[in-house]
Parts: sequence; C-alpha cells; structure tokens
Amino acid sequence: MQFVYMSERPYRGLTEDQIYEHGSFFTFPNSAFDRQLASDDYNAYFDQALLAEQMGFDAVGLNEHHGNPFCMGSVLNVEASVLARLTERVKIVLIGNPIPVGRNPLRLAEELAMIDLISRGRLVTGWVRGSGPEQFFNNVNPAYNRELFEEGHDLIIKAWTRPGPWRYEGKHFHYRHVNPWALPFQKPIPPTIIPGVLSRETAAWAAARDYPYLGLGSALKPSAELWNFYADEFAARDLQAGPENFGHVVFVYVDETPERAQEIGRSLVFAGGNANFAKAQHTLPAGYNSPSAIKRLANAPQGGWLGITKDRLEEEKVDVKAVTIAEGRRKTESAYERMQKNLQIVVGTPDQVTEKLKVVLRCLRPGMLFMMSPLGNISHEDRRRSIELMGRHVLPELREESERLGLADMFQRRPGSVSLAPGQPRAAVVDLQAIEEYEASPVA
Amino acid sequence: MAGELGESVVDVGGVGVVMLEGGSGRPLLMLHDELGFPGWMRWNGDLAGSRRFVIPLQPGFGRTPQVQWFESIRDVGSFYTRMVRESGLGTVDVVGFSAGAWIAAEMAASDPGLFNRMVLVAPLGIRPEEGEIFDFLAVTMRRHIAATVSNQGAEELKEIYGGGISSERFEMFEAARAETSRLAWEPFMFDPTLPHRLDGVSDVETLIIWGDEDQIVPRGCVEGYKRAIKNSRLELIHGAGHRPEIEDRERFVKVVSEFLESPSA
Repeated sequence: MQFVYMSERPYRGLTEDQIYEHGSFFTFPNSAFDRQLASDDYNAYFDQALLAEQMGFDAVGLNEHHGNPFCMGSVLNVEASVLARLTERVKIVLIGNPIPVGRNPLRLAEELAMIDLISRGRLVTGWVRGSGPEQFFNNVNPAYNRELFEEGHDLIIKAWTRPGPWRYEGKHFHYRHVNPWALPFQKPIPPTIIPGVLSRETAAWAAARDYPYLGLGSALKPSAELWNFYADEFAARDLQAGPENFGHVVFVYVDETPERAQEIGRSLVFAGGNANFAKAQHTLPAGYNSPSAIKRLANAPQGGWLGITKDRLEEEKVDVKAVTIAEGRRKTESAYERMQKNLQIVVGTPDQVTEKLKVVLRCLRPGMLFMMSPLGNISHEDRRRSIELMGRHVLPELREESERLGLADMFQRRPGSVSLAPGQPRAAVVDLQAIEEYEASPVA
Repeated sequence: MAGELGESVVDVGGVGVVMLEGGSGRPLLMLHDELGFPGWMRWNGDLAGSRRFVIPLQPGFGRTPQVQWFESIRDVGSFYTRMVRESGLGTVDVVGFSAGAWIAAEMAASDPGLFNRMVLVAPLGIRPEEGEIFDFLAVTMRRHIAATVSNQGAEELKEIYGGGISSERFEMFEAARAETSRLAWEPFMFDPTLPHRLDGVSDVETLIIWGDEDQIVPRGCVEGYKRAIKNSRLELIHGAGHRPEIEDRERFVKVVSEFLESPSA
C-alpha cells in the first residue's frame, strides 16, 4: 500500500468572499497576484513535501492547473524536477500531465525522462486530458481534446520504447526526427496512473492499457460503481483487477483537538473548493465531452460534472457564476458537512482520522491512498502539524490495516499480472457490504 | 410550417447530406449559421412564392453525419462546392448566415462560377480590423443564443428558443457548437487567407447585410468583406442584431428580394 501526500499548492492571498464575489477561482484577475507571497509559498510547499518524506509517506503527488489561484502548479514538471533532486526516497506521482495543452508530446517525453533519471527511477507518471479551463487558458481546441490526448500518449510511449531515430506523421503531431536522448530510468516506461472524475470513458481507456485508475475524491458508492466497471472491463480481457489497479484521493486534515481540526479543516472546502473551480462556460466547453456524455448530461440534469448541469449551461447570464457570496457560504458549510459524512473529507484527531480512513480502505480496497491537504489560507504551521500527526500516528495504523486487508500496490503486484480463466467470474474489487454498513450509520 | 419542408438525403462523396426543400421557383441555396438550421421562419415564407429554398444541414450538427476529414470552414466550403456542382442546380443564388455566410464565401473563392448572386448576412470569416468577434464559445449555450439578437423580445426568437430547452435541442445545439469549435477554434472564426482568395472573385454580385447592433460580428468583419469582394455592397439594417431576418423581417425581405430579383448589372 502506498500513502501519498499531496497538496494543491493553493495561492494563499485571496479571501473566500473574493472568490464568491468573482464567481470562481479560474479567471480571477492576476492583478491580485502577490509575488513575494507566491515565492515564499512555492518554497514552503517544497518543504512540506520534504517533511512528508521524513514522516514516512511513500510518495508525494503533484497536479497541474493553469492561470488559477486554486493551484499554483502551473507547470508540474518544474516542481517535479525540483522534488526529484530534493527528495531521496519518496516516489513522485504526477496526476498528471495534461497531454493536449502542452501541444508537444515529444518535449513531454523528454521532460519526464529527465525527472525519472534525476530521481533515479522514482517517477510515477500520470496522464490527463486537462479540464475545460486548461483548454481555454492554453487555447487548445476542446473538440480535439480526446484525440490530442490519445495520439500524444501513444507517441510518448513509442518515443520511450522504440529505438530512434524515426519519423512520425500523425494526425495532430508531426516529427521528422524522434530520437530523445534522455530515456526514462525505469524500463520500459515509468509506472503510470490515470486520474479521473467518474468518467467511464477514461476508466475503460485505463483498463485497456493495464493502467491503474485514480478516483479524484469521489464518494464511496460512485467510486465503487466505477471501479466495478473498470474491473469488468479488465475481466473481459481475462484479467483480475485488484488493489494494484486503484488509487483514491481523500481530503485530510489532522490536528490535536477535534475542535481545532474541525475549524482549520474547513479550509478543505475553502471558497467551495472544487465546486467553484471554474464557471460553467469554462468547465464544459463545447466539444470537450463526447456526444454520449452530452446525451447523459442532457437527460440527467441533476447528474452534472463538477457541478455543471444542463440547466447551468442554459443560463442566460453573461457570466455564469458558480455562486453568490451568501449562497457560497451556505453551500460551503453544507458541503463540508456532507463530504465528511461521505468520507470524501476526513478531519479530526489522529484517532478519529485513522478510524475513518480505515473505513475507506475496507470499503474501496485501494492500493494507493492520496491524502490531500487543505486549500486556502491556513498557515504553514498548521499544514506541517497535520503532516507530522499523520506520519506519527495515522500512517502506522493504516499500514497495519492495509496489510490485514491485503492491499497490494502497483509496485508489489503489477496491474494486469493476475489472469482469469476464460469464463471464470472475477473476484470483488470493492466491499459493497462495508459501504452499505457505513452508509447505514455514517460517522457523525 | 417546418412540416411542409421536403426532406431528402443527398450522397456527396459517400456522405449522406440531409437536404431540406421548401417554396417554389428558382432555387436559392441557404446555408444556416453555427447554431444549426433554426426552422422555417416567416422570412422564408415571404420569399417562398418565388424561390425554392435548398437547405443542406451542415455535417456534424446532429442530422448529417460528421465528416472526419473536415478541419476548417474552408473544407466545408470545398465539400459544399462539390455538392452544388453535382446537384444539377447549375449556377445558383445563395444566402448564408454568419458561419454559413463564411462557407458561401469560401465556395465563391474556390469556384467563382458556382454562384450568380450571393447574400452574406452578418458573415464570420474575415478578421475585423477593429473590434473582435464575440467569443461565443466562451459563454454558455443560452448566452450565445441570447447574444444573437439585440432585442430579446424578438417574436420569432421567443418561439424558437424561449423557455426551457428540450434534451433533444440541447444535444443539437451542443453538437453544432462542438463542430463549430472543431472547425474554427483558432484563429477564432476567421481565416486570414480568405480576403486574398476572395480578391480574384469579380463576377459574383454580392449583398452584405449587417444589423448595426450585431453583438457577434463587429462592423470590421463586414467592411473586410466589402473590401475583399469587388462586386459587393453593404446594406445596414438599423437596430437589428445578428439575426436581421427575424429582428427586422420586412426590411430584410425587401432588400434581399430587390437584390435577388433585380436585372443583372
């Protein structure tokens, strides 16, 4: 089992009300950017990753968002390069590189190979399509997002595995000389993980390539349903999926007293968190989703993606704000409560957090657990204390529990290495009964 | 009214193009805008006594299948050029709206013999010297629709787009916007080479129509067309937005029929 420390590296100079008033994190005018604060914070976040390594985490995770105070990791490979040299033991997990938005997969292949080499083989690479706002920011045609993703991915794998030089003529990419000198330290390619927000298309794509799937903080039941779907896709290839095929993100804050944990942990939904990441028109640009996904959206207006529904896409306002200030505050409070009940957010003393995360491990049986630290403006001291408490008290107990549950990670058991005899039914990958039991009496 | 439209599927290079027809008289090719065919409107009815509308539904907009090899509006223009050549319509008149007007201009640029007279209503496709084309792909579908008229109470707009949008129409608008994004995301809704390619077109009499309250296409676009097409003139419709055909139908019908029916210069 791998325990991954992760942070959004949030910009800490805006208030919640400023975000509510503007209507989203994305598109907040950069005239508010404080260079000194950001400079200090980039460095503080590296220090926290180092602390996580000292406190026993197996890995540190990074993600990427553009033009957004929600996450200062605008180019995650820059941060990964720094961590490759600063850290000594932890794996560096990228969740992930948005292949379409850089428009240069060959350069991406070089950057990642260098990170893997500098870290002496500690890179875990991840591929994403990039959310809607990333397409806007980088002016990448949303209608070609999936094509760019798939072609770029295949090209990178080929650049790493097929001896060069050779020429490439694709649909979106063309290279007359593919011969990257730097190749990944890990052969044939670095371990890979595919993050997603409950998209079946993404899960099927990952399953077809033996890539583990990482659920980005979804609730237990929808996560379990998607993992079952993934496991079915796997079984159709006569393969048994297991914990090595799955990772799960939980938003975690630990403190010494329940009261303080609850108060500071509220920052896990700072300014509404993900729900106010971007406005409707940027979250789901035309062409970004497949026609079948649009059909699902059209017919299930309540089942929106990142809070986006057909109704919101129909709104007539120039700027479809996620919220107003009063509505924002109210929604954030109720999200904080609801997400704690759902175990999407886990906040408390070390004992409280340990108990709740054990439930997550029992229910979903992941091989990797990402513990995401708070958004917003909380102090670095609070961030460090949470990491220390996790390392000292929570991780040792969770390790024991994961051994008891037999949660092998992708390094202990290669995804796709367990065969099923043709026609043999697959074994369960999640514990639905444990989910039912938890939902019947959720932790208050 | 839409029930009176004839519908057929025309094979163009293996693609089944859904073709609508209505009215009688000399054929008038109509190219709809980037939101798709809005239905048979009153202005169609006004002209249908003397004109037979021939209306292809753009590939990828929900009815006619998407054509994978299209990469630009110019490609749609080439494809439609072949369609008209093979249709037996002969030299034909055309009216195009917004992105549909851009397609018509592309067709004229690739084969000036295709058209007799051309009406470009609020055409996209040329970079405005001043102002910017409204980024309708950076707003929600509903806001996009609302921006197409200066008067939100315009009667026919309410009939077509008023109230909630059904799931079916939502999917069709999304398909239209997605295909438009695919073809003209960057540069946004113009092709810098188009004015140069139109420069050689001299025999197609062209009427450019523009509502002076258009929120989508700035005046710079239509001025660009006027400069690029030698035999063209610009008709302003005061107080109308991007849909003069429904915002000031009487004036629109008057200028279009006078232009189409006038003796050749």
